[in-house]
Parts: sequence; C-alpha cells; structure tokens
Amino acid sequence: MNRYTILIYTENFIGILNRITIIFTRRGINIDALTASESRLEGIHKITMEVSVTEQQMVHLAGQIEKIVDVIKAYYFRDDEVVYQEIALYKVPTESLDPGLEKVIRQFNAHIIAAEKEFVVVEFTGHKQDTQALLEILKPFNLLEFSRSGRVAIAKPKFSVQEYLNNQTYNH
Amino acid sequence: MIRGADIVVKSLIEEHAEFIFGYPGGAIMPVYDALYDYSDRIKHVLTRHEQGAIHAAQGYARVSGKVGVVLATSGPGATNLITGLADAQIDSTPLVCITGQVAAHLLGTDAFQETDVVGLSMPGTKWNIQVRRVEDIAPAIAKAFLIARSGRPGPVLVDITKNAQVEFGEYNYVPCLGVRSYRPYVKIDQDAVKQAAALIDSAKQPYLLFGQGVVLAHAEAELKAFLDKTGIPAACTLLGSGALSEEHPTYVGKLGMHGNYAPNLLTNQCDVLIAVGMRFDDRVTGDLKRYAKQAQVIHLELDPSEINKNVTCAVAIQGDCKDSLADLTAAVKVSSHDEWMARFRELEQQEKEAVVINDLHGTHGGLHMGEVIHLINQYKEDDAILVTDVGQHQMIAWRYFDYKQSRTQVTSGGLGTMGFALPAALGAQLHDYSKQVICVVGDGGIQMTIQELGTIMQTKAPVKVVLLNNNYLGMVRQWQQLFFDKRYSFTELENPDFIKIAEAYKIKASKVTEREDLQAAVAEMLLHDGPYFLEVVVEKEDNVFPMIATGCSVEEVRLS
Ligand SMILES: Cc1ncc(C[n+]2csc(CCOP(=O)(O)OP(=O)(O)O)c2C)c(N)n1
Repeated sequence: MNRYTILIYTENFIGILNRITIIFTRRGINIDALTASESRLEGIHKITMEVSVTEQQMVHLAGQIEKIVDVIKAYYFRDDEVVYQEIALYKVPTESLDPGLEKVIRQFNAHIIAAEKEFVVVEFTGHKQDTQALLEILKPFNLLEFSRSGRVAIAKPKFSVQEYLNNQTYNH
Repeated sequence: MIRGADIVVKSLIEEHAEFIFGYPGGAIMPVYDALYDYSDRIKHVLTRHEQGAIHAAQGYARVSGKVGVVLATSGPGATNLITGLADAQIDSTPLVCITGQVAAHLLGTDAFQETDVVGLSMPGTKWNIQVRRVEDIAPAIAKAFLIARSGRPGPVLVDITKNAQVEFGEYNYVPCLGVRSYRPYVKIDQDAVKQAAALIDSAKQPYLLFGQGVVLAHAEAELKAFLDKTGIPAACTLLGSGALSEEHPTYVGKLGMHGNYAPNLLTNQCDVLIAVGMRFDDRVTGDLKRYAKQAQVIHLELDPSEINKNVTCAVAIQGDCKDSLADLTAAVKVSSHDEWMARFRELEQQEKEAVVINDLHGTHGGLHMGEVIHLINQYKEDDAILVTDVGQHQMIAWRYFDYKQSRTQVTSGGLGTMGFALPAALGAQLHDYSKQVICVVGDGGIQMTIQELGTIMQTKAPVKVVLLNNNYLGMVRQWQQLFFDKRYSFTELENPDFIKIAEAYKIKASKVTEREDLQAAVAEMLLHDGPYFLEVVVEKEDNVFPMIATGCSVEEVRLS
C-alpha cells in the first residue's frame, strides 16, 4: 500500500463528485481526505483526494475516474512528489489562555485568528502529524472543538491541464 | 417559441430516432401529448412494462447499430429502467433514456412519484443529467446522443422536470460535436503497432480472441483481413459471436465457461495472445492467476481503463479496433499456422465426440435443447437474428447456433438478465420486419417479462419465440447438481399452460414433446408469416458441457 494524492480536474457539473466517489465505494476503498474547489482555470474544478492503495489499484482507479465523461484528467502522485498542507482549527476556552498555552502556540508558529468572549480559535497549517501533535498538546487545555481540512496539494512534476486540453482533439 | 415537450420530440427526430420504446405517466405526459403530433415521423412502441421498453431498445440498438430511445415517467417508471440501464452499461449498448420528473419546485420534497433518478441511475449510466429549464432540454439531448453512441457506447439518462416540459422556449437544435472533457477518439500509436507486429511475426503459436468491440467498431472486414493474412486461429466471446463467420477457415470456436474445448484449453498454450475488443471478463478467463501466463498479450482496446485491468499485456494498442486492426494487418507478414491450427481441430473432434453429437442428435430419452437449435440452423436464413435469455438455453443456443453474419447475436452477456430476451427480440424485430428474429428463452426467464407478448401482439412483430421448457431454473439446477449435492433448493417450477397464454395474446402457438414432431414444428414456425410461439418440452435434467467451474483455470475445462 502506498499513500497517493490524486488531483482530479473536472467540469463544473452537478453530481460529478458523486460519480467519482461511487468508484471508491464500489471497490471498498476509503477516501482518507478530500478537498474540492475551483482551479486556476475558469470553469474547471480541482478535487484533491488522499488514499492508501496499491499501485495497481491506483492505476485502475485513475482509469475509472478518467472514464467519467465530465472528468478532464486525473493525476496521482506519491507523497514525495507533492507539496501539500492541511489547515487545522482549534477552539480553546478563553480561560485556558495562559502563558503556557501562548508559548505552545508560538512554538508551533500557529495563530489566534479569532477571539470571542468564551473562546479563541487557533489556526495551524502543516502535515497531518504536525496538526495532530498540536491537537494532543491542546487537549489538556480543555479543547472544545477541532477541525482539519483535507490536503491542499501542488504536484512537483510538471504538467499542464491547459496544455492537455489544447493537445487533444475531441472531434473525429 | 414551442413547448419543452415538443422540443424533446423534435430533438429526437433531429437525432434520427426511428423508434421510441416507452410507457406513459403523469410526469412525462406533456411529451406523450407532443408525440401525438409527430406520430408520422417517429414511432412509439407501448410496451407492457418499462423494463420491457428498455430491453426492447437494447435489442433494437444491438442489431441496428443505432441508439435505442426509451421514454418513461418519474418514480416507478424510472426505477423500472434500472435493470436495463445496468445491462446496457456492462454490454456497451447505446441508449438514450428520457424520464419525466416532478416539477423543479417540488424536487427534494418527497413529492408524489418523485425519485432521485439521477442518483439511482448514476452507477448504471455512462452519463446522466437532470434538466430543470426548457432552454436546457435540446443541448442535454444533443449531448446525450453524442455520449451514448461515441467511444465505448453506453446508456445515458436525461431526467426532465415537468415544468421544463410545459414551459415555452426557442427551438434551435444544434447537434453536439464534442465535449471538452470527453475524448472518445484516439490516434493509433504506430510504435505500438510495430511492436505488436514484430511479436506476431515471431510467434510460433499465436492466437486471437475477439469480442463485441469488433462489432461496435464495425471492424468485421478488418478482422477478417487480418486473419486471412496471418492464418491465426481465432475464437470469440459470447458478445463477439457473429463478428466473424463461423465458416472462416481460421475460426476455432467460442471462449468461456461454456465455450468450446479447444479455444479454452489452448489459451494456456499459445505464445502470443491477441485480444481484440474484449475485456477479459471472468467468465472468459476463469482463474486469472492461471490464465495465459505463458503468453505475451497484445490488447487492441478502445477503453483505456480496460487495458491491463485483468490481464497485463506486453503491448497495448489503444483505439478503435477498425483502425488498429487495419494498421496491424498492414504491418504483419503473411503467415500460416497449420500445425498449430491442427491442434485446435483435433480437440474440436474430441469435443464433438464427447458432447456435440449427443447434444445435437439425441436418439432416446427427452429432447435436448441442442437438437432444437440444430433444426433451427437447417431452416433459418443466413442473416437470422438469435436473441437469447439467460440460462442453459442461452449457452446451448450460443454454442450451436450457426453465426454467419455480424449483429445476429443479441443476449444479456455481462449482466445476465433473465427476462431480457422477449422484449429484446421485439426490439430487434421492429428494426427490420423482414428478418427472422428467433427468441430462445427458458421457462423461468420468459415469466419475468411474459407480458411483452402483448406488445408483440399489438405490433404484430413476427418474432419466433422458442420456449425451451425443462420445468426448472435449469442453469441453477445444474450448479446445484454439480456443486451442491443435488440439493435442488427452489429451482423446480410449476408452470402455466404457456400455449394458452400465447393464444390469449392471439399468437399462433404449438407445443412439441416428442422427437419425431420437432422438425415439422420448427419448419412451420420459421415459415409462418407473423409471430409464433413454439414450446418444446426438453429433458428435465440436462447439463451444459464443456464447462469451466468457478475458480478453475481455462485448462481445466471439462467435457462431462
Ligand atoms: C433477473 C435474474 N434473476 C436470477 C438470475 C439467476 N439465474 C441465472 S440462470 C437462472 C435459471 C434460468 O432458468 P430458465 O429461464 O428456466 O432457463 P434454463 O436455464 O432452464 O434454460 C437463474 C435463476 C438471473 N440471471 N437473472
């Protein structure tokens, strides 16, 4: 099993995410994390997925994903081929804010991005093990809520969806 | 400005739809109302169940090579299409299904007959869409036809809300020529062709397997030209049958669980295996771990996700096999493989003695299914179309029917849908009334869609229905006999008087129980002008052999 980041470029079409996830459901493969948003290219969406599968499974999955009519292209990368981050938010009671906690926040290079009367929200960006480490530290401070995003990733190998689109003829 | 419902019908006419198979209901009534005005330009066939409509459209699509069109209402009408969608998806049959949907403002409220048809049909369609505004109808239908018929064909569903059907909009039909994210056509990689040609030229025992891809690509002539030049033995899958005439000198038979002895056994002895438009279904390969391990595999395949999916190949040529076969034929040397071919013929003889003679020329005991097919061969026309249901009769009819032309084979291959044959035969017949359409069906399967005899009655489609009645769910009973200690758990059927049923539908019918009456009955059926229902009571506990049991290797194919 390897960990893969899949970057899927799609048309902005209702139901596309559903069609993609069905492929995983049907094969009993878990999607560890998922993010979706518009891409750099107008009208094209980018879905980033994190999965643990064998190489053979990965090739097969990519083939099935690309078969979906509204998918433009699916690229997949091993961890060493992507630069990626995950954002984590931590809700901590205001009364827990003491010098000890502030030191931790500074050490981690995290930020307080909201301060309400009852709680503060700490933001921290990093790989999962980093955001997890901060989580463990904050738990004893009566952590109220925790939220972590899926991966936001950029691939190291060069590729261009625009070029791909330009190079393909879709008419007979 | 015209109504959305009129746009639906005009769009279908624009796409040269000749037939619509369907069933009305509240949410699709505006379209039905519109159809009334265009009945001189597009024919609607009212089936007796939506499943019948979609299977009929499949039968029509398979023999005509055109897109089958289906119309159904929301909710139960649409859900009745699901089996056919799944069937068409796995067998790559081009369909455009249009379903009515509740008005857009009611969506998501559990309104009367509201079902999430788009969600339900997603895994069973190549593409689907919900249309909620009148201006989106024509573009959606245009895109649907392009997607259904191009690349690897498949079923597409367009769900149209009722408000969109009754609203007025501009009509300006623009055929869809391409979709940015969809690349159905591929240029053939000439390096791959060269590599493949080199492998083929150096092979001592090359072997070619062909599937429905050849039919879908209209590559029958290219396949024949390749085989004529190379002399390579060629075997077909269930859905590939007919793509090459069985009289072709290098045709060696059929692959798979109930295919022929030699084509299965020798798969594990060839040195180069050329797979054309087939996807290495498990019914063809048996145990994959012991499938053609000695061979270098060359795969000619349009769908890239099928390449290296089940079998790893040495060379893959992605693209339409009409193109790749032509290129490959040009690149290979002329050759012949007489000794290797002789091995096939030798094993063919063994199969003949062990199985075929008894299957086709029974002398005592109950009638065999094979005898019926054997007689049909003697009286049928060369371009007769065989439509089969699912079970023992399907495998027997496939094994013994004499395929001479392409698009004469219609069956539910990938899904194995009982109830498929009767409506599919109707659809095949409607495409061309002048052709013989022979529907071979079991006593189990016919009762799943027997109501379509009503559609045959109403359309007067001259389908010849051959019911092979063994009073069992035969194929399941065979497995129970072989693998479950003859524990015939719920496979024996108490059957109705089928002849009375056929006659109630005003279809001429006869029943044969004795061997000496069979020939005359088959002849009478095939000469009869109009639909005919022939019931043949066959041996209750006959089995289909050869057989590769589940989990076994192709070389473990057994003759008894
Ligand atoms: C809709 C559906 N249900 C169940 C099955 C499983 N099945 C496969 S073959 C078969 C028996 C078919 O019996 P019959 O139609 O009498 O044909 P025979 O095998 O006797 O020729 C069954 C139940 C199926 N293929 N399709």
